[in-house]
Amino acid sequence: MELFTNQVLAGIATGAIYACMALAVVMIYQAIDHLNFAQGEMAMFSTFISWQLMQWGIPYWAAFVITLALSFVGGIAIERILFKPLAKAPVLTNVAGFIALFAIINSSAGLIWDFTIKQYPTPFGSSPFLGSQLISTHQAGMIGVTVLLLLGLYFFFQYTKIGLAMRAAASVPESARLVGINTSWMIALGWGMASAIGAIAGMLIAPVVFLEPNMMGGVLIYGFAAAVLGGLTSPFGAVVGGFLVGVFENLAGTYIPGVGNELKLPIALALIISVLVVKPAGLFGRQIVKRV
Amino acid sequence: MSAAEDVVTEAPAVEAVPKRAMTLGTGTSLLVLAVLLIVPMFVKNFIIFQMTMLLIYGLAVLALNILTGGSGQFSLGQSAFYAVGAYTSAVLMEYFNVNYALTIPVSAAVCFAFGYLFGKPALRLSGVYLALATFALATAMPQLLKLNFLEHWTGGVQGLVVTKPDAPFGLPMSQDTWLYYFSLAVVLAIYIFSVNLLRSRSGRAFMAIRDNEIAASSMGVNVALYKTLAFGVSAGITGVAGSLGAIAVQFVAPDSYTITLAISLFLGMVVGGVGWLPGSFVGAAFIIFVPNMAEGISKGLSGAVFGVLLFAVIYLVPHGARQIAIMGQQLVGRLRKN
Repeated sequence: MELFTNQVLAGIATGAIYACMALAVVMIYQAIDHLNFAQGEMAMFSTFISWQLMQWGIPYWAAFVITLALSFVGGIAIERILFKPLAKAPVLTNVAGFIALFAIINSSAGLIWDFTIKQYPTPFGSSPFLGSQLISTHQAGMIGVTVLLLLGLYFFFQYTKIGLAMRAAASVPESARLVGINTSWMIALGWGMASAIGAIAGMLIAPVVFLEPNMMGGVLIYGFAAAVLGGLTSPFGAVVGGFLVGVFENLAGTYIPGVGNELKLPIALALIISVLVVKPAGLFGRQIVKRV
Repeated sequence: MSAAEDVVTEAPAVEAVPKRAMTLGTGTSLLVLAVLLIVPMFVKNFIIFQMTMLLIYGLAVLALNILTGGSGQFSLGQSAFYAVGAYTSAVLMEYFNVNYALTIPVSAAVCFAFGYLFGKPALRLSGVYLALATFALATAMPQLLKLNFLEHWTGGVQGLVVTKPDAPFGLPMSQDTWLYYFSLAVVLAIYIFSVNLLRSRSGRAFMAIRDNEIAASSMGVNVALYKTLAFGVSAGITGVAGSLGAIAVQFVAPDSYTITLAISLFLGMVVGGVGWLPGSFVGAAFIIFVPNMAEGISKGLSGAVFGVLLFAVIYLVPHGARQIAIMGQQLVGRLRKN
């Protein structure tokens, strides 16, 4: 039983990483209706910017705020410059665009900061949390930040005018335009926010997985899986999905013989797919009603 | 709602072409075929090898095109089917001494069954969910091939070495040349099969499902059957490509069949034009040669150069090579009128 509790705790700790990433994925999915394959790379690039700022002697929290602002602007710029012209192109062409963006960011980060692994500081310290060996203060802090972020987003979408406008633009663009919402800028705003949330995720993940251009590869896959599991329409679902995936993965690695590290991912994915076969819109997703 | 569902509604319908344009298309096809037949007699072995790979990747992209362009289902798992085909051939050739040509129908059958069975649970999923499921298959495949109890057959991480076949009947040509002509024959046969498949009753059923599933089922199309069938056919063709690839490269290893391969094939389809079969080979050329070109332009930034080139292509021609073909057709039509 103790092994079980410990593994669940450890799973929740890794799950916090996935939850953060899943939140960013859901944000952008709400805004543009696509899964952004370059999301992880954008987050990685933001994290590198914050690292660079700290190298120049700027304190952590100042660097944090500057990076958020830069990422927000960067996200909007990417949408305006690269993806707005593709708005009318077929969906699969857009997906190809994401892959191209992925390649560009990954390779530029490699050229600017090279591929060596870098240490990344944590603001929470890394001593054991409340005497537990499994969760460090950093991981506890990460869970705390994820929950705060979720609450913040909830209030933003439910109780502010812009949040309402963004929801309207995402669900019924035409009607939203008719009541005077600038849907095009709402999409850009969605990109900006997703980029900023991704930056937070990146800065929280970097102390755990270390900073390097390929650090997000694995994390993004889990983030997607978490978002899809929780339901792509629900930020709350994405966070729950993130924790579930973390726990699944750990338990599968512990209890199924012969799984080990390499098969963890396929098994977690297989489990998620079995859930989806039963509940195709994800655990907390809205069932989309289609007009025939 | 999501990626593939939009494909379903937005996939460009096949335009009705006037009779004369058809002959133009046939003429171009025959010209390309003639070039493909003659060129290998005058070039070096390495170029012949690259042309073989072009045909093989083209075949794999074609298979994805039937699935996505035909039946509107999105797949990121093509690399898994490719791997199964490659390993089927390699194991049969190396452990059972089966002739290489005979392993190809076997891989086609094995992959068809695999794809058909995979298509069953995938029926419940669409759009991004299907993308995730196929993606899971693609990430799982290299790990499965490395499993201990399969290692005896698959050679584990080390992979298997495949012997390259000699030209039969004492024909005076190199192994590469022979393999090229052999692949060309296989690819041509499958190409003709695919064109006819999409024109047949089944092909129309695929496209009806792509355009509107509910309407298709109310017209009496067995949606579940045709969707799984599309998966099966696509997997079968990908398997043949995998077999040919294994024979051409002379080597199979789990890490040659990662998700990167599936993504390349997807890019090939987009660049060639979704749902346009001849475009598959244009797309294959893109995914084989453009990364090399990018490397040539800048070593450190090859990824960025590739990304920029890809962006350039999708900006200029969002519908891929098909758009160029249509423009060319219109141009020729206008010239004829004058």
